[in-house]
Amino acid sequence: MDAILLQILNGLDKGSAYALIALGLTLIFGTLGVVNFAHGALFMIGAFCAVTLSRLLSLSFVTIDETQKDFLGNPLKVETPYVEAWFGPETGAAIIDWSVPLAILFSIPIMALVGLLMERGLIKYFYKRPHADQILVTFGLAIVLQEIIKYFFGANPIPTPAPDVFAGSLDFGAMLGMDPNIIIYPYWRIVYFLFAAVIIGAVFAFLQFTTFGMVVRAGMADRSTVGLLGINIDKRFTVMFALAAVVAGLAGVMYAPINSPNYHMGMDFLVLSFVVVVVGGMGSLPGAVLAGFLLGILESFASMAQVVALLPGINQIIIYLVAIVILLTRPRGLMGRKGVMES
Amino acid sequence: MEILRVEGVNKSFGGLRALNDVNFSVEEGTVQAIIGPNGAGKSTFLNCLIGRLVPDTGSVMFGDISLTGMKPYEINQIGISRVFQTPEIFGDLTLMENIMIPALAKRDGEFKLHAFADVGKDTEVRDKALHMLEDVGLVEKKDMVADSLSRGDKRRLELAMCLSQDPKLLLLDEPTAGMSRADTNNTIDLLKRIGDRGITKVVIEHDMHVVFSLADKVTVLAQGAIIAEGKPEDIKGDPRVQEAYLGGAHL
Amino acid sequence: MFGLNKKDTSLFFLVLLLVVLAPFLLNPFPEGSELAQFNAGYPDLMQRFLIFGIFAIGFNILFGLTGYLSFGHAAFLGVGSYAGVWMMKLLTMNVIPAIFMSVVFAGLFSLLVGYISLRRSGIYFSILTLAFAQMSFSLAYSVLTPITNGETGLQLALDDPRILGVSSENGAIPAANFFGIPMRESFELSMGGWLFTFNAGYYLCAVVMMIAFYVAIRIFRSPFGMMLRAVKSNQQRMNFTGLNSRPYTLAAFVISGMYAGLAGGLMVAMDPLAGAERMQWTASGEVVLMTILGGAGTLIGPVLGAGFIKYCENIFSKINDNILYDWFAALPQGLADFLVFVIHPFIGKGWHLTLGIMFMLIVIFLPGGIMEGVERIGRLFKRKSSKDENSTARPKAAPAE
Repeated sequence: MDAILLQILNGLDKGSAYALIALGLTLIFGTLGVVNFAHGALFMIGAFCAVTLSRLLSLSFVTIDETQKDFLGNPLKVETPYVEAWFGPETGAAIIDWSVPLAILFSIPIMALVGLLMERGLIKYFYKRPHADQILVTFGLAIVLQEIIKYFFGANPIPTPAPDVFAGSLDFGAMLGMDPNIIIYPYWRIVYFLFAAVIIGAVFAFLQFTTFGMVVRAGMADRSTVGLLGINIDKRFTVMFALAAVVAGLAGVMYAPINSPNYHMGMDFLVLSFVVVVVGGMGSLPGAVLAGFLLGILESFASMAQVVALLPGINQIIIYLVAIVILLTRPRGLMGRKGVMES
Repeated sequence: MEILRVEGVNKSFGGLRALNDVNFSVEEGTVQAIIGPNGAGKSTFLNCLIGRLVPDTGSVMFGDISLTGMKPYEINQIGISRVFQTPEIFGDLTLMENIMIPALAKRDGEFKLHAFADVGKDTEVRDKALHMLEDVGLVEKKDMVADSLSRGDKRRLELAMCLSQDPKLLLLDEPTAGMSRADTNNTIDLLKRIGDRGITKVVIEHDMHVVFSLADKVTVLAQGAIIAEGKPEDIKGDPRVQEAYLGGAHL
Repeated sequence: MFGLNKKDTSLFFLVLLLVVLAPFLLNPFPEGSELAQFNAGYPDLMQRFLIFGIFAIGFNILFGLTGYLSFGHAAFLGVGSYAGVWMMKLLTMNVIPAIFMSVVFAGLFSLLVGYISLRRSGIYFSILTLAFAQMSFSLAYSVLTPITNGETGLQLALDDPRILGVSSENGAIPAANFFGIPMRESFELSMGGWLFTFNAGYYLCAVVMMIAFYVAIRIFRSPFGMMLRAVKSNQQRMNFTGLNSRPYTLAAFVISGMYAGLAGGLMVAMDPLAGAERMQWTASGEVVLMTILGGAGTLIGPVLGAGFIKYCENIFSKINDNILYDWFAALPQGLADFLVFVIHPFIGKGWHLTLGIMFMLIVIFLPGGIMEGVERIGRLFKRKSSKDENSTARPKAAPAE
C-alpha cells in the first residue's frame, strides 16, 4: 500500500511535466494542424530562462576588504551581488534564493516572444505543407535551438536550486499515521505538481470561459467552418501558439531544480511527450493531461525494484510499450476524436 | 442471369437510417441506374457494395460470392470496379502508370513481389494501357502527370483505369457531375461503347438525360428505401417518384 | 545493360566511375598545401560516404517511394552492427558472414517492427517506429547488456572463440579480412605533391554499394516500385484497384531495413565494434536528412545527400579559429576578428548548428533536395531556349496518410 502510494507520488512530477508539454503540443496540433517537433526545445528554453535569471541576479561586483586577508595574505576580495547592494543583504539574498520562482515572471514575456517569432517566422508557412515537412522543419529548428543554447551555456547540466524553504522533504507517511521515513516526498516536487495543476486549470478555464477560447475550441473542432464565419482565426491561432510556448516554458522553468537543465533535455522530453499526445489522442486536451499523468505514474511503477526484478528493463520501455499497444488497439488514443489525422 | 443481388440491407449512422431494407438486383449485361434526391442513400449504397462500408444487416451477393466482410481489394479482384464521384486517381503519376497499375493488379493479383521485372518491358500491360488511353481519347497525354489534367479528363482517366481491369461489374458514381453538355455527351457515348463489351453497369446519376440515354432499368431511392423500380419510361410517369424526387414537378 | 534501360545504365556507370576513382577525385589538393584540409580522399571518410550512401538508398526505397516516414531506421543499422560483431566473435574474422548475418538480422527485426508499425500510417507510423527504435536503444543500454555490452559497446576480445578462425594471432586480435585481404590494407600512390590512398575496405564497400545501387534501380523500375509509388500517391485508389497495400509497404520496409543492416554490417567490417548510440533517434533523423537533402524519391539523390552531409560534417568539425585566421590573414585585423567571431559558432563543435540550419533551409526552400535544385537550374537553361515549355507538376515528398 505504502509502496503504491509512493510510486504514485513519484510519478506525479514527471507526469506533470509530460502533461504540460503534451498540452501545448496537442493545442498546437489541434488548432494549427502542425506537428511541432520543436516543442521540447521550448521546454528546454524555459529551463534556461531559470538559469539565466539566476545568473543575472547573482551578477556581482568586487570590493576589496582591507581588513581581512585571504590565505596568501593579500587583501580579501569580496563579491557582492548587485541585488544585495541595492536591496540590502537580506532582501537581496532572498531574491537570489527565489530566482527560480521569479523566473516564472521573467520567462513569460520571453517564451511568448519566442513562440510568436516561431509561428510568424516559420510555422505559418507550413500550415498547408504535408505533415512530414512539418516534422522535418521543426526537427531542424529543434536542433538549431538546442545548439544555440549549447553554444551559450555549454554542454554540462547546470544545477539550479529551488529556494531553501523547499529544500527538505515532506514525510508523507508520518502524516498518514505510518512509520516515518517510508513515504518522503521533496517539497519542491509538491510545488511542481501544484503549479502544473494550476497551469492546466488556467488553460482549460481560458479555453472554456473566454470568447477567445470558445473560438479556438470551435476552430479545433472544425477549422473551415469557423473560417467561413468571418472570424480571423489565424490571428487567434498565433496567440495560441504563443500560449503553448509559454506553457512549455513554464514547465521548463519549474523543472530546473528537479533536473539540472542541459541542452538536450528538450529532445529527451519531446519524444516522450509525443508518445503522450498520441496515447491521449491527437488534438484532445484532456487526453493529453490524462495520458501525461498516467504514463508518468506508470513509468514510476515500472521502476519499482520488485517490478524490475520480475521484468528487467521494463522501466526503460514501459511508455513506448504502452504507446504501441494503445496505437494498435485504440488508434485514436484514449480520448481522441474521430477524423483527426485520418484520411 | 443475375450478377448482383442485394437482400434486406440496412445501414445506420448513429440515429440516422441511411439504408432501410434495400432489396436490389442487377441482370448481367444490363445498365441499371439508381436515382434519388440528395441524401437518399445512393452513395452509402455504393459504398456497401465495394466494401468501404459494411451493412448492419442483410446480404450482398455477387454471383454466388457473398461480399459482406470482404476487403475492398478482394471485391475488386473478383471483378467489381468503381468510378468515384470525385476522381480517385494517382495524381502524381503519369497517365500511363495510372492505367498500368490496375492492369497489373488484374493480371498479377493483390500482391506480387515482382521487384526485378522491368515495367518498361512489360509489353502486354503497356499495350493494354495504350489501348485504353486511345479508347478514352487521352493517348497523346500519356506521359503527363495525372494531376495536371482537367476534371473531365480525370474522370475519363479513372474510367479507363477501371476498364483496363475488364470488370464484370462497373459502378459509376455520378460520372458526368460537373461536366459540360458536350463532355457529358462524350461520356455517354463512351459508356455506350463499353456496353458493347458486355460489362454490367450500375450508375448513380442526377442528370436525367444521362439516365434515360443509358439505363435499361431505373431504381429510385428516397430516404434510404427503394420506392420504385422499372423501365425508364415507366419511372418517368410514376407519381410516387415525382412526389419524392421532384416534389410533384414533372420530369 | 544488366536489364537496365539506356539512361539508367549510363547513370550506373557514372556512379561506378566516380566510386572507383574517388581516391583521386576526392584528393584534388596536394599534400601539405593550405587546401589539403578540404581533401576527403582518405579511407575512413570515403568508407563512410559509401556506407551511409547504402543506408540512404535503402531508406529512400521506403520513404521516397511510399512516403512512409520512419523515424526508427537507425535501430536496424544498430541490430546489423551487433549481429556483425557477434559473427566476428563467434565464427571468423572474414567479413562476408558478418555482413550477411547483419542483413539477415536487420531484415528479421524490421519484419517485426514493420508488421506492427504499418498498421498505422502518417504521423502515427512515424511515432510507432520512433517508439520501437527508442525501446531498442534503451534495452541495448540496460537489459541486453550481455549481448550489447551496454555503454562500453560490443568489441572483439582475445578470448573470443572464432570457431572457423583463430582467437588470436601473435597475441593480437586478428584483423577483419575478405578471404585473407585485411580491410585495413592500403596501397599508397605518391604522385608529385599528391598522395592517393587505395584501401581494401573502401573497395569492398564500393562493390557492395554498387550492388545495392543496382538493386535499387531495378526496384525503382519494377512493377513493385510502381506499386510503392501508388501507395504514396493514393492508397485509397490502390485498395479499390484490387491491390493490397499492406504487403507492398511491408516489403518496402523490410528491404529498407535490410539495407540499413547492410550498412551496419559494413561499418563493423571496417571497424569491428558496435555501440547503442548508433540506434538513437538522432541517428535515424540523420538518414532522413540525407535522403531529403539529396532528393527523396530520386535514384541518386540519397547517395549525394549522404556524401554531402558526411563531407560537411568532416570539414566543418575540423575547422577551428586558427584555420579561420589563416584564411583571413590578408584582411585587416579588426575585420578578421569580426569574421571569425561570426563564423565561430558554426564550425568545430558547432557543426550541428550548421546541420540544423541546412536542414531547415532545405525543407523550406527546396523540398525536393539537391536533385530538385539541379533540375530547376536545368529548367532555367531550357526555358531560355524554348520559351513555352509545359512544366509538369513535380512529385513532392508527402506523407502517406
